[in-house]
Amino acid sequence: MFIVNYIKEVFGAIKSLLIGMRRTGYYFTHHKEIITEQYPDNRNTLVMADRFKGEVVLTHDEQNEHACTGCTACELACPNATIKIVTKFDITPEGKKKKAIDKFVYHLELCTMCNLCIVACPTDAIKMAQTFEHSVYDRNELIKILNKPDSKIRAGIE
Amino acid sequence: MWSLSNISSAIHNWLNQTFNPTWAMIIEMFIAGIAVIGLFALLGLVLVLMERRVAAWMQIRLGPNRVGPFGLLQSAADTVKLLVKEGMTPNGADKFLFNLAPFIAMMVAMLLMAPIAFAKDFQLWNLNIGVLYVTAVSSIMVVSILMAGWASNNKYSLMGAMRSGAQIVSYELSAGLSILTIVVFTGSLNIADIINAQSNGWWIFKGHIPVLISFVIFIVAVTAETNRAPFDLAEAESELTAGFHTEYSGMKFALFFLAEYINVFIVCAIGATLFLGGWMPFHIGHWKAFNQVMDYIPTSIWFFGKTFFLIFVIMWFRWTFPRLRIDQLLNLEWKYLLPISMFNLLLATAIAILGWHF
Amino acid sequence: MFRETEILKTGSQILPIKQNLEGAGDFVINVGPQHPATHGVLHLVITLNGETIKKVEPHLGYIHRSIEKMCERLNFRQFIYVTSRMDYLSAHINNHACAMCVEKGMQLEVPDRAQVIRVIMDELTRIASHELWWGAMAMDIGAFTPFFHAFREREKINEIMEETCGARLTMNYYVPGGLMADLHPNFQKKVKEFITLFKLKIDEYDELVTGNIIFINRMKGVGILSKEDAVSYGCSGPAARGSSVSNDIRKLYPYAVYDKVQFDEILETGCDSLARYMVRIREMKQSIHIIEQLIDNIPEGEFQAKTKAVLKLPKGEFYSRVETARGELGVYIVSEGATTPYRIKFRSPGFSNLSALDKMARGSKLGDLVAMMGTLDLVIPDIDR
Repeated sequence: MFIVNYIKEVFGAIKSLLIGMRRTGYYFTHHKEIITEQYPDNRNTLVMADRFKGEVVLTHDEQNEHACTGCTACELACPNATIKIVTKFDITPEGKKKKAIDKFVYHLELCTMCNLCIVACPTDAIKMAQTFEHSVYDRNELIKILNKPDSKIRAGIE
Repeated sequence: MWSLSNISSAIHNWLNQTFNPTWAMIIEMFIAGIAVIGLFALLGLVLVLMERRVAAWMQIRLGPNRVGPFGLLQSAADTVKLLVKEGMTPNGADKFLFNLAPFIAMMVAMLLMAPIAFAKDFQLWNLNIGVLYVTAVSSIMVVSILMAGWASNNKYSLMGAMRSGAQIVSYELSAGLSILTIVVFTGSLNIADIINAQSNGWWIFKGHIPVLISFVIFIVAVTAETNRAPFDLAEAESELTAGFHTEYSGMKFALFFLAEYINVFIVCAIGATLFLGGWMPFHIGHWKAFNQVMDYIPTSIWFFGKTFFLIFVIMWFRWTFPRLRIDQLLNLEWKYLLPISMFNLLLATAIAILGWHF
Repeated sequence: MFRETEILKTGSQILPIKQNLEGAGDFVINVGPQHPATHGVLHLVITLNGETIKKVEPHLGYIHRSIEKMCERLNFRQFIYVTSRMDYLSAHINNHACAMCVEKGMQLEVPDRAQVIRVIMDELTRIASHELWWGAMAMDIGAFTPFFHAFREREKINEIMEETCGARLTMNYYVPGGLMADLHPNFQKKVKEFITLFKLKIDEYDELVTGNIIFINRMKGVGILSKEDAVSYGCSGPAARGSSVSNDIRKLYPYAVYDKVQFDEILETGCDSLARYMVRIREMKQSIHIIEQLIDNIPEGEFQAKTKAVLKLPKGEFYSRVETARGELGVYIVSEGATTPYRIKFRSPGFSNLSALDKMARGSKLGDLVAMMGTLDLVIPDIDR
């Protein structure tokens, strides 16, 4: 009986190994199962998810107007001091002083894409862009000024 | 018809006509040396690429596909990289032994090339104890591994080397015994004789059960002897980082790497020679037409085809199985493979004496 | 200078004494902090006798980022995102624990929709984490192919996460009071596709690894952690359930909607590496079972409770616990009534599980140590925090 068990053991072991080899053999011969995405080559067809958090952008419309009032809610919401808003005072046509943003400074190198600033924004001025190729040679290039030159706040946003 | 033996005999005749026999002999040796080194380089490139492709396809990846067409030049590019890298020698290492070890590994691999018959009548050295020579010389490999492990002055290397020593010495036994099965059937240690004995059928078909068992044991044993997964305990990277070649870099590492692949090629070539008929074409009994078609395929293609098939099987093992533990490795040898192959040798001898094989 | 010469002079006398010390002359190797088996910057000082392990001494702190201290200067909305970086493989579940603790303190009622979505996300995270563990585990014991096969399915979960949460690993999707955003319209469809795919593929795992004779021999009977030891070392999660310690927080202290779904607490009696392996494999199937029950029954409604812009926890101490993929994660907040926590403490599962490694490893072979570490499923940032 010992011999029978011994032989059974040996054949059971070989069978379990062959089952594994059948599985890898299957993938060796079925190249349709290959899942590699050849990234820089498929750049044209690559579609990022519409909620993908790539970087913070300040949306501008065709008239070069944005919706940021400079309330610094995003600056306060940010855990890493990624956003710094520099404000200035604009003179409105009525001659009143009005607070507006001078520079919306965004430190991409500090940002962890936590989305808290977007949630905090009362006027939906900022949103997450789907870009992700952020590598640069100089760290300073990652400090971005989000408001475009000569842009101003959209009328009617307080 | 094109054949390697015609070319070699043409060169031999021309040399003997032009020079006196001593010089002709020296030049022939020189040519053979160059050819072996060339074959080494080529095999290294091809096998590394093949391994990476096999691995990639089994792992549902694409594998090398950037350098050259279909990534064919990938391993050539890697070789260039390894050549220009600095070959560091650690401070505490035994410098002489440390630098000698990779060369011994290569020399063993080169020596093993001598008795292999690559095609019909195409053999560097048809010595009458060919099989014995192969088993004897292949054990020198362990010296280079122990040397590398000891001289590195690194604990990982030392452990890898010690494991490797235990492993290679043990598995030599069952590899040798399974080779003996064929020697018993053939009655000769000469590799040319062994191949000629298979002209009416390969041993794996002619010798039925005992040869089949010894073939399986041989494949397992040589996988262990060449330190390939699932028996890659000498370099077990999740345990010993890189085992005996942890401290090696640059071309010295590449020599170990190359020697591993050459050894795989050689053991598969031996396996193909002993069990699958070497360069003998595949014949089926009395099917004249079929046999003649088979004869049209050059013998060198038969040999390399069989060898690469066995290499593929060994790569298949590597990319499927987990690694054994050191005590399980030795258990497998001493409790399973050795008793089975001893019993098998007895069976084979009985069958050979009674003439029960085909 | 004086001390040095002193030591040099007396050096010859010191040496023989040192050799008499216990442990002198042992073969000590350092595994890590940079080592293929440690999955991060864990440093193990291993004392060996040949191949047999005499002692394992983990050295921690290589990836300590003082997350607890960082959390103390962030307000109750902000600190949640940092906790994704502790056990980055179960980021959602970490965030869940923190959000729950804040909700408990503020006595916020989380809408049903948010609760159900949280559970689905947690279970998806658990599957993704176990997938990665399975691949890494197989790689630890020398099989490379399973790693890629595991990543294929994990990629599907990551895609689902990317679509709904906007990130693949550190999502920051849970906020106190609910979720940051509603589900993506494709979510249900994609999850159902994943479930069908996963049910097909999990059998391949058994073919490739679980049934393999080499694998079983490597795992069976090694790394024995008895039930008593598992309790006394404070092990939790699959590491303890492999020793038949019933400690699934989802069952014992149900949170979110875990009391409304049907699932089994997986217990194995083997106490060895194989038992811990089987617990995780079976847990993946249970997670699928939970998701199946919930995916068609996500209630309509708000995904977030109404909260003030600035959250303030009342003075007091708050504790919440969840079952992460690795075990019990506890979040302990002391509040002084301000907008930031006064003190915060995380009870991470990996730390306690790692402490049992020495007990498990003594007397076994070096190769087994790697397998044991694999079955403990260590995530080093979780241990160091």
